[in-house]
Amino acid sequence: MTLTLFLVTFLASVSLGVVYELTKGPKADAENMKKNFAIKKVVPDFNNEPNAEAYRIATADGTDSLTCYPAKKDDNLVGTAIESYTMKGFSGLIRVMVGLSPEGNIINTSVLEQKETPGLGTKMTQPFFKDQFMGKNPEVFRMTVKKDGGEVDAITASTITSRAYCDALQRAFDAYRKGGRHE
Amino acid sequence: MRCSGLLMPTGKEDAMNNFREFTKGFIKENPVFVLLLGMCPTLGTTTSAINGLGMGLATTFVLVASNVVISLIKNVIPDKVRIPAFVVVIASFVTIVDLLMAAYFNTPGPNGEPSLYDNLGIFIPLIVVNCIVLGRAEAFASKNNVFRSFLDGLGIGLGFAFALMILGTVRELLGSYSFFGFQLIKADGILVFVLAPGAFIALGFIIALINNLRKTK
Repeated sequence: MTLTLFLVTFLASVSLGVVYELTKGPKADAENMKKNFAIKKVVPDFNNEPNAEAYRIATADGTDSLTCYPAKKDDNLVGTAIESYTMKGFSGLIRVMVGLSPEGNIINTSVLEQKETPGLGTKMTQPFFKDQFMGKNPEVFRMTVKKDGGEVDAITASTITSRAYCDALQRAFDAYRKGGRHE
Repeated sequence: MRCSGLLMPTGKEDAMNNFREFTKGFIKENPVFVLLLGMCPTLGTTTSAINGLGMGLATTFVLVASNVVISLIKNVIPDKVRIPAFVVVIASFVTIVDLLMAAYFNTPGPNGEPSLYDNLGIFIPLIVVNCIVLGRAEAFASKNNVFRSFLDGLGIGLGFAFALMILGTVRELLGSYSFFGFQLIKADGILVFVLAPGAFIALGFIIALINNLRKTK
């Protein structure tokens, strides 16, 4: 009895190990592709490998750090994609990729991961909401929803998600401005 | 019969029985609409037709593979530890599906829509607790030969995928006015059908319809 159980678990773990090894490469490729896709969407044309030159910066409050992907065209920095997040979403964590120009203007944004309510909060991925941040500089642009005295048009019936989105963008901007570079 | 293993039955009656083993999953013993099993992934993943179909096919793979393996090893597993052994087999196949999907169904759409793997999320690892899978292992695969277990797994699995696709199609049509991701009317859908209550309402109506069909037959 013990032997058969051992054999079953042994064979199971061997086959799992094999499949894991086989899918390791494609899995990493898929993750990389997703990341590159997100970077490409939020910064202008580049011809370096932002993924290979990634570095981390501390958030403004110093409690965490964010990953930055510098996009360069012929060795000139054209923008930095920053992987930011917020915990204030309606269902907690939202991860966004924020593209900042060297002057600190928002180039574009893209959602990496979210669990918001389908049909309500998920509208944050649509152009009518996220395109309003394009070209804005959080230094002068009040990055809160209009209900809170800011300049951001919230998604109807999804104020919490809209606030969370602003929070994630602000975190990226503050870190980019004030945060020290980590190695 | 019990030890006939992979031998393909030849008689006409056997062929009929095998065919019935395969088709019963669609209507007569449909796991979702008739047996009401596996409600958690049914309600959770059917926000669109493609999600429902993807979830159904992933479950089908696990069902077929675990049915075949359990049917193969049923004679060497002592009765006392058969449930743990079945669970190990099922869990291994679920992990394999999860790894395969993370590797090959993980490309974002042209406009950066989340991939199928991202959409199904936690529900793929949760196939392991889907009672349909362990149910078929215990009730069918541990008592029948490999070929029939394979047909049973395929039939029930495709029946499950079929049910999820129907429910997903209905919810997508009403909830976002689109069909398999193709927008039919450019407007916001009836939101409730995308949310959880809509899943229950749509499922209830479909079950009522199926019951009505079965009665009149």
